[in-house]
Amino acid sequence: MSGKQRIRMLSVYLLLAAFAFTFLIPVAMMFFGSFKPDDQVLVQAGRLGSLLPTEFHWFNYRDVFARVPFARYLFNSAFISLCIVAGGLLVNSLAAYAFARLQWPGRDWVLLVVVALMIIPLEAIAVPLFYEVTLLGWRDTYWVQIIPFIANAFSIYLFYTFFLGLPKELEEAARIDGAGPWRIFFRIVAPNAKPVFASVAILSFLTQWGALLWPLMVTHSEAVRPLPLGIATFYSLPPLQWGDIFAFGVMMVTPVLLIFVLFERWFVQGVATTGVKG
Amino acid sequence: MTSVGHQSLSQDTRLAWLFALPALLGLLCFVLLPFVLSVILSFTNLRLGSPLPLEFMGFSQYQRIFTDQAFLAALRNNALFALIVVPLQTGLALLLALLVNQPLRGMVVFRSLFFMPVVFPLSLVAVVWILVFAPGPQGLLNQLLETITLGAWQARDFLHDPVWALPAISLTSIWQGVGFQMVILLAALQGIPHELYEAARVDGADRWQQFVCITLPQLRNAIIFVVLITTILAFRLFDQVQIMTQGGPNHATTTVMYEAVNSAFGSQQVARAAAMTVVFFTIVLLITLLQRAVSRHDRVIE
Repeated sequence: MSGKQRIRMLSVYLLLAAFAFTFLIPVAMMFFGSFKPDDQVLVQAGRLGSLLPTEFHWFNYRDVFARVPFARYLFNSAFISLCIVAGGLLVNSLAAYAFARLQWPGRDWVLLVVVALMIIPLEAIAVPLFYEVTLLGWRDTYWVQIIPFIANAFSIYLFYTFFLGLPKELEEAARIDGAGPWRIFFRIVAPNAKPVFASVAILSFLTQWGALLWPLMVTHSEAVRPLPLGIATFYSLPPLQWGDIFAFGVMMVTPVLLIFVLFERWFVQGVATTGVKG
Repeated sequence: MTSVGHQSLSQDTRLAWLFALPALLGLLCFVLLPFVLSVILSFTNLRLGSPLPLEFMGFSQYQRIFTDQAFLAALRNNALFALIVVPLQTGLALLLALLVNQPLRGMVVFRSLFFMPVVFPLSLVAVVWILVFAPGPQGLLNQLLETITLGAWQARDFLHDPVWALPAISLTSIWQGVGFQMVILLAALQGIPHELYEAARVDGADRWQQFVCITLPQLRNAIIFVVLITTILAFRLFDQVQIMTQGGPNHATTTVMYEAVNSAFGSQQVARAAAMTVVFFTIVLLITLLQRAVSRHDRVIE
């Protein structure tokens, strides 16, 4: 390796390390802060060296459970997100299969509408949707946070493009062997489409785990409220105790971080496929 | 034979509807219907719990919101936010993607690190960054700036300062979102054929020339896409504002969605809020059409 190359390599590493350090500061502040007594979180926050705690305490975590129904928020978030992910995988992949492989009148026309719906963000329809569920009497329930989000145009589109790329021969062979369409879908197509199932699952889980706007509009009792509303409530709950808030945050982000660490490949692939659309 | 073929075709049709129906029904009830409803409602006087009869009002909701100082401030803030975030975030994402794409050891670790904030819920990010921006000696950013400027920096209350509140929210958003754009650009970078660089090297092009003449043109569509997504996200801004500033101080950080939610939810003015979201959707649509036009232009040239 020449000297010039070595200098180049070193400067790349130095730049990356500088960025990584800056990126990590807020995370470190939260993580270490969650183990500190409150007065230390505040006084020491300004000095980088004192981000590290001198001693570890668990009382902030105990406080969270004592002050708010954290376990309830956690269960609600998990339940709502998992229902949307499971229901969405099933419903959207089946629809995409009907678009990609089955012949039916009006198919291309309906597909065009579905693709057009992709550009409507939740924000654009939140108000009439809020009115709609009010008329239905669904407010302040689990299903008002689940049912409207199962069918998803973008998920259908991701499944559709993936199914188009699968070779037809496997399905033909199964059909000749006498397998029905349901069997073909669940035994042949779905197992061969694991990457797209993983990407869709992760993208929709991530969206739902962080959802704030919709739950804020349609829920008001703690019994059905998810974590993002929980932390917003907790933050505004006097007395303001940063150690407690950080402990809440650590517990809130740990499930997604675990999934991220375990399935990072699919995360990155899922995000990269959203870019393919362009 | 033909009758069998015909029968299997109609069977296919029935099956297709069975497969597609749950999703189509969902999209119809919870996307298409509310979308049509938002346009219709924006022309009425609908207010939840109001004793007044429902009336057609023409464009008067639009007239009202476009003379409302708070809503106009919201539109301005969304545009300003986009002007800060889009170039900075895209530029930083490109820089990080180029760095992480170097054929060196440990790049996967850095990629994970920069992507990690993307999995953080925005509500949590907003709360944590409140402490970063805290006023006085307690605030991390104030302390850092004071150290860097050797004490010349005057500590300030970023989130309660009409000038600094929106840039502060922008910084928070960039930290959370840049990894997303980086991954998209990284995928595009890795899709560039190596032969192009080899040919350029044979022709004696230096690294900068390679970047300008090969990398940038090859990334063009990915960059356009990233710019589009980031601009749309900028107009969707809500969570950070709700938690960090509640639109204040004095409308300095209010956004279109924040105003819409406040109208619908705070004062039950559904029709007014619907008009705001129609304006919001029109902006999103225009941005999308612009991206399509620019990308298609590119294909024609090829």
